[in-house]
Amino acid sequence: MKITMRAALLASAVAFASPALAAGTGPNGEPLADDQTFTYRVLDEHSSVDPQIVEDVSGSEIVRDLFEGLYNQDADGNLVPGVALSHELSEDRMTYTFKLRPEAKWSDGTPVTAGDFVYGWQRLADPETASPYQWFVSVMNLKNAEAITAGEMGVEELGVKAIDDHTLEVTLESPMTYFPLTTTHASTFPSPKWVIDEHGADWTKPENIVVNGAYILTEHVPQERSVRERNEMYWDNEGTIIDKVTALVINDENVALTRYLAGELDRTEVPAGQYPSLKEQYPDQALSFPRLCNYYFNFNLSDMGPEATQDVRVRQALSLAVNRDIIVENVLQGGQFPAYTFTPAATANFEVPEIEYANWTQAERDARAKELLAEAGYGPDNPLELTYLYNTSEAHKKIAIAVSQMWKQTLGVNVTLENQEWKTFLETRGNHDFEIARGAWCGDYNEASTFLDLVQTESGYNDAAYSNAEVDQLLKEAKAMDDPQPNYTRVEEILSEEMPVIPIYHYAGVYMMVPEISGSWPVQNVEQNWYSKDLYKVAE
Amino acid sequence: MLSFIIRRMAVAIPTLLVLVVASFYLMQFAPGGPFTSERPLPQQVLDNIEAKYGLDQPTWKQLLDYVGGIVTQFDFGPSYKYKDRTVNDIIAQGFPVTLTYGTISFVLAILVGGALGIAAAIRQNSWLDYFAVGITIGAQVLPNFVMAPILILVFSLWLGWLPGGGWNGGQWDHVIMPVIALSTSYMASIARLTRSSMLEVLRSNFIRTARAKGLPDRTIIWRHALKPTLLPVVSYLGPAFVGMVTGSFIIDTIFSTGGVGYFYVNAAFNRDYAVMMGLTILLGSMTILFNMVVDILYAWIDPKIRL
Repeated sequence: MKITMRAALLASAVAFASPALAAGTGPNGEPLADDQTFTYRVLDEHSSVDPQIVEDVSGSEIVRDLFEGLYNQDADGNLVPGVALSHELSEDRMTYTFKLRPEAKWSDGTPVTAGDFVYGWQRLADPETASPYQWFVSVMNLKNAEAITAGEMGVEELGVKAIDDHTLEVTLESPMTYFPLTTTHASTFPSPKWVIDEHGADWTKPENIVVNGAYILTEHVPQERSVRERNEMYWDNEGTIIDKVTALVINDENVALTRYLAGELDRTEVPAGQYPSLKEQYPDQALSFPRLCNYYFNFNLSDMGPEATQDVRVRQALSLAVNRDIIVENVLQGGQFPAYTFTPAATANFEVPEIEYANWTQAERDARAKELLAEAGYGPDNPLELTYLYNTSEAHKKIAIAVSQMWKQTLGVNVTLENQEWKTFLETRGNHDFEIARGAWCGDYNEASTFLDLVQTESGYNDAAYSNAEVDQLLKEAKAMDDPQPNYTRVEEILSEEMPVIPIYHYAGVYMMVPEISGSWPVQNVEQNWYSKDLYKVAE
Repeated sequence: MLSFIIRRMAVAIPTLLVLVVASFYLMQFAPGGPFTSERPLPQQVLDNIEAKYGLDQPTWKQLLDYVGGIVTQFDFGPSYKYKDRTVNDIIAQGFPVTLTYGTISFVLAILVGGALGIAAAIRQNSWLDYFAVGITIGAQVLPNFVMAPILILVFSLWLGWLPGGGWNGGQWDHVIMPVIALSTSYMASIARLTRSSMLEVLRSNFIRTARAKGLPDRTIIWRHALKPTLLPVVSYLGPAFVGMVTGSFIIDTIFSTGGVGYFYVNAAFNRDYAVMMGLTILLGSMTILFNMVVDILYAWIDPKIRL
């Protein structure tokens, strides 16, 4: 028996929906504006536009426009066909066979083939490429990924093969239900071997680059702007509306806001704390929507951590005494969500488990926190002393001050705040040389494991040095389950009992966006994987 | 004069070498590295990347390879952060930008600052003097990280006359605000230096002699007072010129001009070693060069120094 997946169904649905746009109207018949350019602010220069090299968010946004992978995401974050039309899963659930779109072409006219994906994925795994996302082949669970990244096996042994030009076969190490979700990640996009062979590292320069996405890079002035314009060879060029996309690098968010208000930008981020006043002044331009990120405090459970927080009662007390509502409503003020679980509620197919203390009032939490701390032997005569470490930033500082005040007032805990410059902070935290440290994570794909994997003993990002054999086992099993929710629920329950980290809040994306474009903006896509080809500006 | 120049050059090269070696080692002392990231890379991946860039070699070997690359191929290495570009690319793109707005700011600062200073000194204690001193103090106490956003607010948002940032190949309307923001404090310093220096010169014996001879004011100022007045100003101009043409982190950050000033500071935060080294060498050589130019100018203005 072969299982044909949802993507095939969606393929036909999209085929009806997207092409044949009447001149001057959008996909839902809205009248379109004459000016179909989109200009937005990015905080910093992108790291690269090479799919296998890019590692930052703003670079990935550009790469998603320039290249197209097997699947794209729709406005809700669901998979829709990209270069792949559909896929089938073998009976042993180890082999995926993707059917590729025959009409897809590179911008130089060469057809996009399965071989281009094989090359891209092998290139990602190849130690020679030295990709910062090399580990993603292990996240994808591709066969032999580990051995290849370690240089013990040749890249041709990787579990990806071209059966013919339009059939791609992928073999996994073990069954992994969410594998198709990983194919929207920029590092899995195809690469044009002939261009890379000819130009080497210079292949991504505007004069050399060859792409298979809806846009091609036409201009790049580092630290100032990058411009992408329509790729005439793109298979759905007819259905694409935005003509030109410009990313302007503006480091200072307040300057960016001024330039937005001066009409130079169509989108910018709202500086912390300014959302309520902007919302009042520009109700149709200030937007806030859930994002797939969490913010938390790590306890240090390693041998280097303080003795006090090895006691679960102390950790519980500190967590209970944090008034999350004050953090989101009075400190952040941007529509963020108080967090009682590690995984954000916005995560696809994730049902937030019943966490007991989440339903208490803050007064009840505070009372319980005092009891717990007293039981652990701390009180007015023996006050608890802790240091909280965060990386230098105004926003983190505000939260640090608020939380330390809550701990001081409710529990009498004396907290020393310490901040370090980013790289120094990462080094210190990575070496477990802290007492409590800030942590935050944005999902790599829209599935709870992208968060929960962090609390596995072996995770490279487990800064709390938390280790629980049951958690490890539950998460391992979850990978192959059709419905892993019971395991995720159990893991979240264990986390709320043992409290290795204190969840503080879940993110919101807070933007200023011109009303012409915000109608087509995928606010429901919590990963904020947006594609310029799906955007359009309506006439005012 | 020639032997003076040769002597100065002979000192410049070892100075630059000391600078290179010292910064190379200091840089490695900073905690973290170019590939320290939010999600720590698996050791295997990190090893692969470090091997690619030769960062797995001992520091002295890295230094030798680095200097070797510069001397033999004029290759300043890759950027570890902006992987599509080399340090040569970054300098080739960013330096012309800062050179442009820096030179314009420099010329403007000298002209306006010098004129204000001289005018204030000649008409000491007049309304002109108070006006000039008032402006220069104002310009000096208003730091450019405050002035730059205000300029954008006024000229881009309120008046809508100028674009709020970007460089656009150095088109004039993109250059105005960076030049104003960069030049004002230099202008103020030059004005104050010129004023006090001119006042001192005007009180000296040879000027009194000139006046006693009945020379007109114009001749006294331009032929006799100006040259000695310039001595302290010139020594300030060398470093000021370098400071301006190598760009400013504030200007590049706020106006998104894409100059090397931003890359320099950012490279330190990113531990982008090769970019940091390349720009240190650029800045260092410029500083050494223009200090030398100042010394030569000095020698030309005041022959006593040549001795």
